[in-house]
Amino acid sequence: MSKQLTINRGLHRFNGGIHFADEHAESTRHVIASLPIPDKLILPLKQHIGETCKPVVSVGDQVLKGQLLAESENYISAPIHAPTSGIIIAIADHEVPHPSGLTAPCIVIKTDGEDRWCEREPIPDYRSMDRSHLRNLIRNAGIVGLGGAAFPSSVKLNPGPGRTINTLIVNAAECEPYINCDDMLIRERAVEILHGVDIARYCLKVKQCKIGIEDNMPDAHAALQKAIKETGIEDIKLVVVPTRYPTGGEKQLIKVITGLEVPKDGLPADIGIVCHNVGTLYAIARAILHNEPLLSRVVTVTGKGIKQPRNVEAFFGTPLSELAKFCGGYTHDVSRLLMGGHMMGFALHSDELPLVKAANCLLAGTPDELPEPGKPKPCIRCGMCEQVCPANLLPQQLYWYAKAKEFDKTEEFNLFDCIECGCCAYVCPSEIPLVQYYRYAKAEIATKVRKREKSDIARQRFEFRKVRLEREQQEKAEQMQKRKEALRGSDDNSKQAAIQAALERVKAKKEERAKTQTE
Amino acid sequence: MRFNTATSPHDHSQNKLDRLMLHVVLALLPGTAALYWYFGWGVLINIVIAVAVAWISEAFILLIRQRPVFTTLKDNSALVTAWLLAIALPPLAPWWLTALGVSFAIVFAKQLYGGLGYNPFNPAMIGYVVLLISFPLEMTQWLAPVSVSGESLSLQQTMQIIFFHQLPVDGWDALSGATPLDKIKTELALLKTIPEIKTDPLFGYLGGRGWEWAGFCYLLGGLYLIYKKIISWHTPVAVLSSMLFIAFVFYLFDSEHYASPLFHIFAGGALLGAFFIATDPVSSCTSSRGKLFYGAGIGVLTYVIRTWGGYPDGIAFAVLLMNMSAPFIDYYTKPRVYGLSKQ
Ligand code: SF4
Ligand code: SF4
Repeated sequence: MSKQLTINRGLHRFNGGIHFADEHAESTRHVIASLPIPDKLILPLKQHIGETCKPVVSVGDQVLKGQLLAESENYISAPIHAPTSGIIIAIADHEVPHPSGLTAPCIVIKTDGEDRWCEREPIPDYRSMDRSHLRNLIRNAGIVGLGGAAFPSSVKLNPGPGRTINTLIVNAAECEPYINCDDMLIRERAVEILHGVDIARYCLKVKQCKIGIEDNMPDAHAALQKAIKETGIEDIKLVVVPTRYPTGGEKQLIKVITGLEVPKDGLPADIGIVCHNVGTLYAIARAILHNEPLLSRVVTVTGKGIKQPRNVEAFFGTPLSELAKFCGGYTHDVSRLLMGGHMMGFALHSDELPLVKAANCLLAGTPDELPEPGKPKPCIRCGMCEQVCPANLLPQQLYWYAKAKEFDKTEEFNLFDCIECGCCAYVCPSEIPLVQYYRYAKAEIATKVRKREKSDIARQRFEFRKVRLEREQQEKAEQMQKRKEALRGSDDNSKQAAIQAALERVKAKKEERAKTQTE
Repeated sequence: MRFNTATSPHDHSQNKLDRLMLHVVLALLPGTAALYWYFGWGVLINIVIAVAVAWISEAFILLIRQRPVFTTLKDNSALVTAWLLAIALPPLAPWWLTALGVSFAIVFAKQLYGGLGYNPFNPAMIGYVVLLISFPLEMTQWLAPVSVSGESLSLQQTMQIIFFHQLPVDGWDALSGATPLDKIKTELALLKTIPEIKTDPLFGYLGGRGWEWAGFCYLLGGLYLIYKKIISWHTPVAVLSSMLFIAFVFYLFDSEHYASPLFHIFAGGALLGAFFIATDPVSSCTSSRGKLFYGAGIGVLTYVIRTWGGYPDGIAFAVLLMNMSAPFIDYYTKPRVYGLSKQ
């Protein structure tokens, strides 16, 4: 093992960002608690980026813990499993946590409280296995990025042909100030996280691993150090990065640790880096070493609107109201409920929604904590937005063009590089809801692209039809020509014969008509 | 349980427009107090007139433009404009001069362009320059600091001068005096050298007597604004360092005829300009790099106008000239987007 385990010098920085006052302490005072099995679990068929799953069970089926409930053929997708044993009581639309507030197909399980497992085959000796088989196991375990993106992890463990990965970066920097589920997970389950790291390294054929951890997580840091010594796993470095939102963003963390930037429109793999969140690696270790699919996650339940903020491990599908209840319920002045942190999370209109794979935080805020947005005033071109933008964009210009509906211009000013971190809107003295404008512009452009695609297809069809018609006409003309030639070229006899035949046809028809009339 | 929704981010920093502007005024207080100390009641009366006229004229034009009056006035931007112009005017300026300048600044330089955020020029400086060009005599009738003239006017006397143009018995000459920059300019023209000129009691340790203290207070106020993240350091640092640099070069070259760099910083409106006027967000550059160029331009132009131009101080003209170039500078100092290759 190399001498220096922890690195905290020679780091790089990304532009902008915001240093928030520490909101960490509140919810880290207690250990992670396991939520009791709720009566009912509501499992959306899509909890990830990619194709929606199709149910493989039907209403009335008895299911066991860990049993497959829904899957998809598509490479980019993640199957859904039964978090506990019970009976399927419905497969129907239900409200899901989504910014749109819409409903989506879900499988509803009535739990039996026995928590009976299906059969499992743990693989302790993964290093002797074929890599693609291992990736398949991870895919079939339904594992997605648990940092919030919910992108299927097996895809990110496959660098694809022509790319060599030289560093695995482990994202242990929390995405947002309120959230500390990763911190708590490291403190309590560091050894398993390291196993996950090792599995990921094996899949990616990389040796080097850097764990990026924020400087306000000393306990987690110590736990990792201890676990590294205990397990004797080599080539892991702990990189202590300054706490500054959004360091937990993949692109920003990569920049801080390596000084490299993920190319525009590219992937980290293009610069030889793959980045996974600690929660994901923990899930990978469970999936391989214990053959446990992804059934639950640790979620930070916090905010001034919650009586006892803490971290909770709960099954997917658990109604959020149960989480709140478990944490002492709401205070009387709770006003807003967020899934995610206060910078990027979205507001939920109800707590009767299920916990999903992407949910890293449930934030119940009071008006004083999450104030009502103020009345927007004109942009004073102060440039504060620009100074905090971690993507180095010109937020005020983007706003200008989005407002004027000059969408081409917004694209020219790199609208799609905006990660919607909200820093610009947070600092804007004129309280302009900048991010809202960017979402609007992105949606408009996406609709336009879709329309264009549609009209492209329509145009293709039209052109194809035109070609076909032309071809048919040509064929017809050719046939006519042939027939004419045939007629001209034949002798009188054959003409006569043709006339004769035609006359006979007419006669036959007449007779037939007469017959029908008499009948 | 049901909840109300809103879009992210769900929180906002405390620096909001009205507070921002209020902080600017707050940061101007020490400098204003210093001016009051050296130049008397006129400073405060000017501010009162300016603020009142600014509010009235802004309310008036907002009514005509059918815009919300109260919410707009509440953003405190008119207050800042009025204050800045008021402390730039001679302390005994007749009331109509102040009123004219402020109303021109608010009505023409700000509201007719579309209001806050749309004005390409700094309104206070437009007001100042319009007055300077139209009423050169009134604009250069400065008061000698109390400690130099030994004369201090009571509030009543000051009001009589400002509102009714009733001069005290011993006349105007006992009170008035040139500004230090003015003095240097005229005396240099009389072929005196800087060390000779500086023996005049008008000059203090660094700049003009009284002026240097006001400048020092503006510096403190400006540092407070930077600390509070209300202005970024780029503009003031660029203004002052470029001015220091060019003044230093000429001072080295001929210290008899070119004032020292520190004199330039502490005389006239350099510090006020660097921290409070050049940092006006609306009319300056937006990017950090742009602010450096913009500020450097102001510093150099101010020096050039002071030294070779037709006016003793050049901050106002320099700011307006750089206002014109701001969009151009912004265009060429766009930051490199994350992930775009470095060329
Ligand atoms: S922070 Fe707000 S007011 Fe300032 S430039 Fe950006 S959008 Fe305009
Ligand atoms: S939301 Fe977009 S534009 Fe605003 S700071 Fe974040 S990345 Fe930049």
